[in-house]
Amino acid sequence: MLVYLIRRIGQSIMVVAVMATLVFLAVFAVGDPVAILASPDADQRELEAITTRLGLDRPIYEQFGIFVWNALQGDLGRSFVYAQPAVDVILQRFPATMELALAALILSILLGVPLGVIAGLKPESLLGRSIMTTSIFGFSLPNFWLGLMLILLFAVQLRWLPASGRGETVEVFGVHLSLFTWDGLRHLFLPALTLSLYKASLVIRIAQAGTREVMLQDYVRFARAKGLSYNRIVFVHVLKNMMIPVVTVLGLELGSMIAFAVVTETVFAYPGMGKLLIDSINRLDRPVIVAYLMLTVVIFVIINLVVDLLYAAIDPRVRLTESKG
Amino acid sequence: MSKAVLDVKDLSVSFRTREGLVTAVNSISFSVGAGEVLGLVGESGSGKSVTGLAVLGLIDPPGEIDPRSSIKINERELIGLPEEKLRRVRGKDVAMIFQDPMTTLNPVLRIDTQMIEAIRAHEKISEKAARERARQALEKVGIPSADERLKAYPGQFSGGMRQRVAIATALLNRPTVLVADEPTTALDVTIQAQILSEVQQLCSETGTALVWITHDLSVVAGLADRVAVMYAGRIVEEGPVSAVLEAPIHPYAAGLIGSVPSRNKRGVPLAQIRGMTPSLTNLPPGCPFAPRCDYATDICRSTMPEPTPYEGGRAARCHHPLSAPTPAAA
Amino acid sequence: MSDTTTKGATQATATPPRPVEQGESLLRRHIASFFESKTATIGLVVLVALVFAAFSAPLWAPQNPYDLATLSIMDNMLPPGERLDTGMLAILGTDDQGRDMFSAVLYGMRVSLTVGTVSVLVAAIIGASVGVFAAYMGGRIESFIMRVVDLQLSFPAILVALILLAVFGRGVDKVIIALIIVQWAYYARTVRGSALVEKRREYIEAARCLSLPAYRLVFKHLLPNCLPPLIVVATVQIANAIALEATLSFLGVGVPVTEPSLGMLIANGYRYLLSGTYWISTFPGVALVILIVAINLVGDRLRDVLNPRLSR
Repeated sequence: MLVYLIRRIGQSIMVVAVMATLVFLAVFAVGDPVAILASPDADQRELEAITTRLGLDRPIYEQFGIFVWNALQGDLGRSFVYAQPAVDVILQRFPATMELALAALILSILLGVPLGVIAGLKPESLLGRSIMTTSIFGFSLPNFWLGLMLILLFAVQLRWLPASGRGETVEVFGVHLSLFTWDGLRHLFLPALTLSLYKASLVIRIAQAGTREVMLQDYVRFARAKGLSYNRIVFVHVLKNMMIPVVTVLGLELGSMIAFAVVTETVFAYPGMGKLLIDSINRLDRPVIVAYLMLTVVIFVIINLVVDLLYAAIDPRVRLTESKG
Repeated sequence: MSKAVLDVKDLSVSFRTREGLVTAVNSISFSVGAGEVLGLVGESGSGKSVTGLAVLGLIDPPGEIDPRSSIKINERELIGLPEEKLRRVRGKDVAMIFQDPMTTLNPVLRIDTQMIEAIRAHEKISEKAARERARQALEKVGIPSADERLKAYPGQFSGGMRQRVAIATALLNRPTVLVADEPTTALDVTIQAQILSEVQQLCSETGTALVWITHDLSVVAGLADRVAVMYAGRIVEEGPVSAVLEAPIHPYAAGLIGSVPSRNKRGVPLAQIRGMTPSLTNLPPGCPFAPRCDYATDICRSTMPEPTPYEGGRAARCHHPLSAPTPAAA
Repeated sequence: MSDTTTKGATQATATPPRPVEQGESLLRRHIASFFESKTATIGLVVLVALVFAAFSAPLWAPQNPYDLATLSIMDNMLPPGERLDTGMLAILGTDDQGRDMFSAVLYGMRVSLTVGTVSVLVAAIIGASVGVFAAYMGGRIESFIMRVVDLQLSFPAILVALILLAVFGRGVDKVIIALIIVQWAYYARTVRGSALVEKRREYIEAARCLSLPAYRLVFKHLLPNCLPPLIVVATVQIANAIALEATLSFLGVGVPVTEPSLGMLIANGYRYLLSGTYWISTFPGVALVILIVAINLVGDRLRDVLNPRLSR
């Protein structure tokens, strides 16, 4: 297990290093780094100051060294718009996005697993087929349009839920969270539902296929031959096997949820780092874009690592082979 | 023969397929007494596995048991029982073990979970008591340090060990009948023999009637008291093992016996049954074996022979019985 | 039923494997099996109708929505069913510039379809070539290529495309390029996977023994057998590409305002949504959803038809 852990962490660091290099090449080597990193309305003196500070008059490998050195110290430049270190700007918005992504993740499990299992247990039934056809719609609804329609229905027509913003937050261990206020939850619900629907459809598909496959296994037949109740078979034997692919896929999808939060946050004017990215693109606040990229890379790599470990924890077969190796 | 604890009469099982209704098991009857071992022999597709599943009420749609069939365990009729009552019979009165030990145990649940749930599905006893019984059951099938092994996952066992766990699980509630569907086929020959004798011993200890489904006559020879030979969904011959093996009545049974290598003399070519197993979707009108039979005549091709009883507790379905034993008085 | 080992001579006489059907009869059977599904047939009919309607739009659409001269600002924000100054009926209403939404949706669909199809085709060709190349070469080259593919696929397409377009700027061509860059890796992985399976088959071995030239081996043997999964992935990807383009345009980094795609039209209506002017965002969205659902229904059925392992 330890060997496995060390190897996986090593791989993760490699990925971050490769991505850092790509970002460096894109920002520093291809374009005019001064133009990218300086405020568009900076004057000549400022440009020269930046050139010197970034060491752009030095050879490229030295520049790369400086970039890495600064990045390691958490310095990815300063935001022009907020006049703060870019990393700080991103990190302030980080809790809101994580809250949204996690809420959406939980919603997609709550919606997807039961529906997928039902569809998998009775694949030929009308209900089963309806669930599967509906899941195609869930796949097909573009995230942003779905958000607009939910706003139209719940905020404009019915006036049940707010259309935008994050609502009231409370500070928990120095982090502002909206999960614990009624107002915050009301603001969170529509964006989270929007973000979750695509994943819920994905979960339905995986859960349905998994359930169908597991139901055909000999061990289910043996479990029935033991005289176990249907509920016990479904909730213990089937669910436990079926959750392995669901957890794996969903874990990996947490990353894409954070990415898709860019869209959802824009639709709902939700102040997370996704909306910040779009704003920064529109305002040409490039250091924030770079910081966002580097932070997302790190988040993705961590998610991949955690999912792998989680996978090993719930599937005894993996645990076994890895501990041998 | 002691009183029958499993009594199957006119059991028919059919499956709805795209090609129409396929009758996998066609009105078969047999019975097994307490402590008795019945070998159910046949090729792939002869309906022997379906018969085993039917006894446990495990036929799923598109399969369906003919409602006129009768399956009695301890004189209690199982056909027509509601699912919840059937569930209480399964694992308690009749248990089953399957062919592939690598897949019969759930890979993500620990052995103890899988054994304890089998006990607690039928009895309201504490987890602790159930665990103790599971431990004893494992010891009985020869698994060392059972306490430790209970906490293991199936993946940590070899094939033979897994089949032993499955057998121990099946016998946890001292079932009246155990249906064993080729449980040794997937194992090494040496382990096969061990498991055979272990199951035999366990069943005779508890008086459990054993239905051993196999395609391998040599297994039946050493194990069973009686043998029933299935072909294309029907029992074509039934009787005490020694009598059937020595003087088969049905040409198909004779063919099966002839094709077991050990029973042939050196240098004599291995006997074969020519032709192929018929497809159940379009069986010939008469005896399904007729196209492959050396003795077939016109009547075989037009009329299905009825089961005929013979002396010595035997029966066969054949117009031209070999070795012509005396038909029993009707 | 469950006997796997073959002991005894009687077992040796099992049914011989059915001969593999080839060529036209196989294709015909696939087509027949495709139309067995009612939903997929409906999906295909709707899809064909939409494609036809979108590309023939200049011939019969009530208005050319790109021709600013014909637009009258007096007609702006008319609700569905009202008439324009010219007397033309705006069945889906008009937008803030007085553009007939029905015509705009037809023209927008044309942009969406073009971007989706072209990007998928080019990406599929690039990806398939890379995938086959990797599978054919094997060894270090293969593992290097697949590392790159995995790395790329571990980052969501939306994010990569967003960043690329932030660097490139707006434009139909730029959107297509960005979509190609984010998509090629899917095909590379798909094709490499099936090429590896094919490579181990005996006929490839046989072809090698005949010392056929490499290009023949790849193009005549390897590639055709990788086609079915490629077709399935490509079909579904057209839907994804269209959705992605719409999303990018909605975020303001996609197509230019002068050539509004469906996503752009929806974005235009976003501003007016809260005041109850629902039609500008709703109808392009409905068109987008119908288009994507139709493609997905077809793709879903293709998957079942072309992959017998998944169907029962």
